[in-house]
Amino acid sequence: MKLRRKQSAALVPRIPTASMADIAFLLIIFFMLTTSFSPERTSVSLPESEIRTEVSKDAAIVAISPQGEISFTDGETAAFPLATVAELGAVVKALVAVMPRKEFLIKADRSVRYQLVDGVLEQLRTNGARRIGLLTEREVKESG
Amino acid sequence: MKLRSRLQRSPEVPTSSMADIAFLLIIFFMLTAVFTSNRGLQFAFPKEDPTRLDVQPEEAVHIKITGEAQYLVDKTPMSLEAMSSYVQGKMGQNPSKPVIIQTQGHVPYRVMIDVFDLLRQLEVKNISVPTESEVERWKAFGVFE
Repeated sequence: MKLRRKQSAALVPRIPTASMADIAFLLIIFFMLTTSFSPERTSVSLPESEIRTEVSKDAAIVAISPQGEISFTDGETAAFPLATVAELGAVVKALVAVMPRKEFLIKADRSVRYQLVDGVLEQLRTNGARRIGLLTEREVKESG
Repeated sequence: MKLRSRLQRSPEVPTSSMADIAFLLIIFFMLTAVFTSNRGLQFAFPKEDPTRLDVQPEEAVHIKITGEAQYLVDKTPMSLEAMSSYVQGKMGQNPSKPVIIQTQGHVPYRVMIDVFDLLRQLEVKNISVPTESEVERWKAFGVFE
C-alpha cells in the first residue's frame, strides 16, 4: 500500500499535446495545397448541369452577377468591372492577339436573362475567342 | 556539487504554443480558401470555315426556347422529356445532325443550360448556339422564319 501511494503521488497529470502540432501542420499543408487564389470572386449561383468537363485553370473569366454587372479577368490579374458589353470586345481582342488558344469561361448567375449571356457570347465570337466554356455546378438529382 | 546533481531537470522543448500557431494558420487558410468551380459545359465551337457555313439548316433540329419550360422543337411545342426522345430519335437516324439552340432574350440563363446539358447527355456532337445577331443574319438567308 505504501508503495502504491508513493507512485501515484509522483505522477503529474498531463494531457499529451505533442502530436497536436503534427495534426495541425498536416491540416495546414492540406489547405495550402487546395487553396487557389482565384482572381474572380463575384458571388453567383451557377446553373446546374449533369455533364461537367474540366476546364483549364488559367482561363479568362467573364462573370455576370445576378444584377447583370459584367466583370472580366484574364485569369492572372484581378477582376475588373466592365461598364458595357462592347468594352469586353476590345479586351478579348487584345488577349486573343497574344494568346490565340486562351479559353474563356462564362460565369453567369443562373437567373440572369439570356440576353446578357448572348451579348457576351457575341463579343467573344466576333473577337476571335476559340474556346468558350460555361461554368456550371453539379446537378443534384431528386430521388427517382 | 551534491546539490547540483540532485536538481535533475529533464531537457524539454516547449511545444505547447506550436499547436496554437498551427491552428491560427489553419483558420487563415480555411477562411481564404475559395473552392473555385472549375468545371462546366464546353462549346464544341463552330469553326470559322466558309465551307462549313452551309449546314443545311433545314436539316438541323431547331430548338427555340421561348420561356421557362416552353420549348419549340421544330416549331412544335414540347416538354423537356418529349424533346429528349425526339432528339434521340433524330440522332438515331443521323448522329451528326446539328441541333440549333435559339434562346429568347428574356429567358433565364438556367433554362438554356438545362437544354444544353440535355443535348450533351444525349451525346449530340453538333450543337450550335447562334447569337442574336447571327440569327438575324441567318434570317436574311431564309434560315429562320
